[in-house]
Order: sequence, then C-alpha cells, then structure tokens
Amino acid sequence: MKKIIFPLLVASLSSAALANDYLVDQKDKAFSKKSLKIKVGDTVEFRNSDPFFHNVFSLSDVKSFDLGSYAQGSSKKVVFDKPGKVEVECSIHPQMQMVIEVEK
Amino acid sequence: MMKQILMGAALALAAAGTVSAEGQTYVFQAGHPSLKGWLLPKTAPYPESNKPNAARIDLGHKLFFDPRLSGDGNMSCATCHNPSLGWSDALPTAKGVKSMVLGRASPTIINTAFNTTQMWDGRKKDLEDQAMGPMEANVEMNMDTAKLFQWLNSNDGYKALFAKAYPGEPIDASTLSKAIATYERTTAISNNSPFDKWLKGDKRAMSAQQVNGFKLFVGKANCAVCHAAPNFTDNGFHNLGLASFGVAEPDMGRYAQKPIKLMKGAFKTPTLRDIERTAPYFHDGSAKTLMQVVEHYDRGGEVTTNLSPNMKPLGLTQQEKEELVAFMKALTSPFIKVVAPDLPL
Repeated sequence: MKKIIFPLLVASLSSAALANDYLVDQKDKAFSKKSLKIKVGDTVEFRNSDPFFHNVFSLSDVKSFDLGSYAQGSSKKVVFDKPGKVEVECSIHPQMQMVIEVEK
Repeated sequence: MMKQILMGAALALAAAGTVSAEGQTYVFQAGHPSLKGWLLPKTAPYPESNKPNAARIDLGHKLFFDPRLSGDGNMSCATCHNPSLGWSDALPTAKGVKSMVLGRASPTIINTAFNTTQMWDGRKKDLEDQAMGPMEANVEMNMDTAKLFQWLNSNDGYKALFAKAYPGEPIDASTLSKAIATYERTTAISNNSPFDKWLKGDKRAMSAQQVNGFKLFVGKANCAVCHAAPNFTDNGFHNLGLASFGVAEPDMGRYAQKPIKLMKGAFKTPTLRDIERTAPYFHDGSAKTLMQVVEHYDRGGEVTTNLSPNMKPLGLTQQEKEELVAFMKALTSPFIKVVAPDLPL
C-alpha cells in the first residue's frame, strides 16, 4: 500500500512544480497579450497598470470568473484547471478582449 | 529681475505640463502636440463592405426621414433622432409607438460612427448592426419588416435608388441598414467646434474660462477618465449612481447583456460633442441642464449601490462648475443644415 501512495505523491509534487505563472498587463485600455497558451494548472496574474479601474471576467464554459474592479497597481490571479478556450474581457471596457488557450 | 525669474518659472511649469487623471501629460496651449489625441479623424471609419458614396448617402438620407418605415406610417428615424434637436428628441425618455413612454432617452446620433459599441446597453456593435433595431422593436417603430421589404421592392423610386447605391444587391435588411448607416456616418458628425479649432492652434477659439474648464475636465473633475479622447467616450459602461437606480426593479442596463456584477445599472458613456444641443441628459433624462449634470458628479452620485469606482465627491467650487459647463459648450460644432428629402411616392 505504501508503495502505491508514494508514486502518486511524486506525480502530484512534480505536477505542481511544473505549473507556470503568467502575467497579463492592462495598459492603455488593452490587455498586453491578445492570446496566451498555457497548461492546465497554470496561473495567470492580471495586473492593472492604467490610472483608472478595470475588471477582468470570463463567462466561458471552461473557466467562469469575475475579478470585480481593481485600481492601478493591483493585480488578481486565476488558476486555470480545465483544458479549453477561455475568452477574457474587461466588462467596463468591452473592446479589451483576449483568449487564453488552456492545453492538457 | 525677480519678475523675469518668476515668468521663467511659470513658463517652465507650463512647458512641463500637467498629468491628467487618465494618465496623459498635457500642456494647455492652443495647438500643443500633447493635445493631438483629442483630434478626431477627418472621416469616420466604415466597413470595407460599405464604403460611403453619394448614391448611398442619398438613399440613406431618404430612408432616415421616411415615416413609412414604421408600422403606423408616422415615425421615421428622424422622429426620435431629430437633427434640429441634436439628433435626439429633447424628451427625458423616448416616446415610441402610440406615444408610449419608453424607459431610456433617445441617444444622439452625433459621432456614433466613431464608437465601437452602440445603444445605451451596447447590444449592437456598429451602425449597420443597429439600423433595423427600432423598426423591428414593437414598442418603437413597430414595423412588419416582411411588408416593408415587399413595399420597397415594389416602389419604382426606391428600386432605382437601391440599384444605384448597391448595384446587384437585393433590397433587404442588409442594404437598408448599410444605407442608413452611411447617411449617419457621413452627416451626423461634430468635429469643428471651438475646442477642435483650439486644438489646431486657434488661441482665440476658446475663452480662458473654457480652457480652465478643460483643465478641470482632464484633472480634478476626473471627467476624461470615462469621457476619453478623442470622441469623449471610452466606449465603456459605468453606473453613475443616478436616483433612478434606487427604485424597486431598476433598469439594469448593461447587465442584461453581460451578467457581471459591475454592470448592474451601468450604461454606455455617451459622447459629449454637441452636448449643449442634446438636453435633457443621462440615459434616464433626469438632468435638465449641464450644470445639473456637473452637480451630480460633484456629489459623487445619489445611489451608491454598485456605484462605479470612478465616482467620488469632487469638491468643486461654483467657479469650477461654471468653467466645466463653459468648456462643454465649446464642444458644439456649427449647426448641420439638413434638407428634408424628396421621398419616392
């Protein structure tokens, strides 16, 4: 029994160690990337570098979230835990759009 | 000597510029390059599939003023978007079929061609996309569109006009929308106001009071954070804390299109060009004058539920409020003379 648990633990640890962090900036009413490819388990940090409030949300089936409003200099993180295409927008400024492709 | 030093210091300060609330550095001198972001392009953008030409403008002009595009044959686009009333209707909120009072103000068409989203709640993306909406809405023009296109396809005058404007294309919702959009994007344009002349270098185009108003607009009063360059809109959506959001079951605005909490009670930022001609103000028509608008913002809104985080009490003096109003009156272009068209019978 002990032998079975041990490899699972290693697999879990290595998966966590391989997860990457990505930064997407919001500047001049645009996301710094139009598209981004990441892996399941990766984290994207959304930062506001404009001197006014932004929002980040997605209503995609793969990952639905709403980060509310946040001011210049602050950032919020989202972990993407399922594969698929995630359309991301700012609800305040709808011309701000990007797509995150989450791969297995 | 002292005077010279002081003058030099003042000049240096002016040259250094002022950082605005939306992060731009401006030097408030007529024609200064730092201000060029506020200049509109000479012509509005258009889709490749609908390049403006004289035949398309002429057809759109006729359709815009033709009341036979409504179910009762008594409402045209120009009924609610009257060029004599700032391409709006001077009503607090619109009146639709049988004079039914509707929930939102008729928005001006002025400079909507520059916007990336249409309607108070942004449910239409461009002028072509928007054009059929009021005809199809049963509370507005209430038109049976099957009957409309049957009639247009049997009218010799319109058949000739459509053939000239869109040769080889059918008379349908697509070509009708394209013609109306072309008329709007080539005619309802305000880009020759005293402010525009000042931006181009005419020192006398704006008074000192109006220049002070512009400084406040981009600075202390925080207006430009939403009423952004060059068309005085960020094409965005904000809850301004209007009293009408405090009633039971208020108009939820953008939230009906994008169910995100911030969008509850949020409406599109309208342009301020020609604003003097489009009273009353706000999507609910609750402000009769520009001074009432300024006072609303100075208070930081009435209803704080889901209020835009950009809203905060401003602490403006009476003089500053008057300067802001004076500046907004510098955004009025010369009146566009529109001729009533000769409609095909």
